[in-house]
Amino acid sequence: MNIISLVNALPGAVAQGLIWGIMAIGVYITFRILDIADLTVDGTLCTGGAVCIIMMQSGQNVWVSMAAALAAGMLAGMVTGLLHTFMGIPAILAGILTQLGLYSVNLKIMGKANQAINVDKFDLLVSLRYIKNVPFYKNTILIVALTIVVLIFILYWFFGTELGCSLRATGCNDKMARAQGINTDFNRVLGLMISNGLVAFSGAFLSQYQGFADVNMGRGAIVIGLAAVIIGEAVFGKIFRNFGFRLLAVAFGSIIYYFVLQIVIWMGIDTDLLKLLSAAVVAVFLAVPTWRSRYFSKTFRIFVKLAGRGGM
Amino acid sequence: MLEIKNVSKTFNAGTVNEKRALKNVNLTLEDGDFVTVIGGNGAGKSTMLNAIAGVWPVDQGNILIGGKDVTKLPEYKRAAFLGRVFQDPMNGTAATMGIEENLALALRRGQSRTLRVGIKNNEREVYKRLLATLGLGLEDRLTSKVGLLSGGQRQALTLLMATLKKPKLLLLDEHTAALDPKTAAKVLETTDMIVNRDKLTTLMITHNMKDAIVHGNRLIMMMDGNIILDIRGEEKKTLTVEDLLHKFEQVSGEEFTSDKAILG
Repeated sequence: MNIISLVNALPGAVAQGLIWGIMAIGVYITFRILDIADLTVDGTLCTGGAVCIIMMQSGQNVWVSMAAALAAGMLAGMVTGLLHTFMGIPAILAGILTQLGLYSVNLKIMGKANQAINVDKFDLLVSLRYIKNVPFYKNTILIVALTIVVLIFILYWFFGTELGCSLRATGCNDKMARAQGINTDFNRVLGLMISNGLVAFSGAFLSQYQGFADVNMGRGAIVIGLAAVIIGEAVFGKIFRNFGFRLLAVAFGSIIYYFVLQIVIWMGIDTDLLKLLSAAVVAVFLAVPTWRSRYFSKTFRIFVKLAGRGGM
Repeated sequence: MLEIKNVSKTFNAGTVNEKRALKNVNLTLEDGDFVTVIGGNGAGKSTMLNAIAGVWPVDQGNILIGGKDVTKLPEYKRAAFLGRVFQDPMNGTAATMGIEENLALALRRGQSRTLRVGIKNNEREVYKRLLATLGLGLEDRLTSKVGLLSGGQRQALTLLMATLKKPKLLLLDEHTAALDPKTAAKVLETTDMIVNRDKLTTLMITHNMKDAIVHGNRLIMMMDGNIILDIRGEEKKTLTVEDLLHKFEQVSGEEFTSDKAILG
């Protein structure tokens, strides 16, 4: 185990963590603000990547391609939203249906399961190759970090507006929201659109970064997103109270996730087991609130304290 | 102000659990009426309020608020005319949002939500002044999360939110039932204060006969999805619990054996 190889891998982990951080912020919007676990994202991530790569291959500008990816993601979010609100399908199932449908859509967009893009022939915004030995303004870490800061500013502004506040109220208490004249169905669709738009945007970054879009690139994305949200809250929850900082914490959570992943890989774990490990870690963290209230109630804590004093 | 014309609602139609919750109900409220509603469990009190609020569509009949037929309007659109307070203090507010944010949401009831800033600075002064009238010290805690408040504080806040933008009709669905007696009395006092100050047309469900008699200018009793008693004017002013029980027996043809039928 060579420590130098780990250190060399860390900038890449930061870049990947930041790119997935955009995706995790999207997950935060549905999971924490709308109170929906939206599984659409597993499909949307690839949709974003596929749209971006195919458009660039056909000669479009990188910014236009990424804007199109964002729009495609929002469209996918709208489908899930309408399945949920207009057709009354439970949110989790609506997400699964869209995700399954997107698999075919993604194949049709790309024409095959995998589409590569050559960093030397196309003017990519980010790439594996732009981590080291490039002018600082072309550095992938800087570009993605700046993008995240801009996105957080926009989201901070939006969730402070009348519409954004009504969206938060919808997720918190939809009965109250309707009683205050808020169109909760519209807000749910809107929230899912914003979330999936961000996820597809992240997918557009990711496919450029790795140099290809693959039909399986979004598999388990929701778990990585949730992991980032949970890690961010666990580590920074006590320090970051402000909404903008909470979003930043999610991005940091994503970086930490990829750091830990790099360390685990460096330690020589069978990489086939990584998804199982991720799922197990997220499952345990999701259980924490329940365990805390069930086993760490006030009386239980006092008991533990007393037992501790007794020298046990 | 409110007209309910021939409204019926059946839940679980065609199943063993079929329940005819409202049977051709007719009710007209005058401007400024403060009507208390009593009746046993399953009498249709809450169903009537939910029908007015548009929680689900009714099977037949029409509902008019201020002369406008709202029968076909979805719940969130009807909210423009209605102020609502629920039985469960958790239901009326958004727990993870601040006191001022909740009030700001209520101030915009009936307006389309735009991309303008959610709370304007000059609103905060208004909120402080109104919160001070509750006498709960909430005026100094504008940014506190509502989840930190007690049930009574939350109901008082919900009441303020329901009336922040003057509603054509205030619907109170047993809004003191989940509170301890002292807090319940305080919230009822606040209710009277606001209703009298703003001259609101009000429909208040209560399971407490004394409260139903003391408050408001009119009392209706429901049973089996019908309004079986409607007492107003001088008669309401001099009404006692005994009178009410006697009338109940006359109308229903049943002896009032268990006060559960009404108090439940």
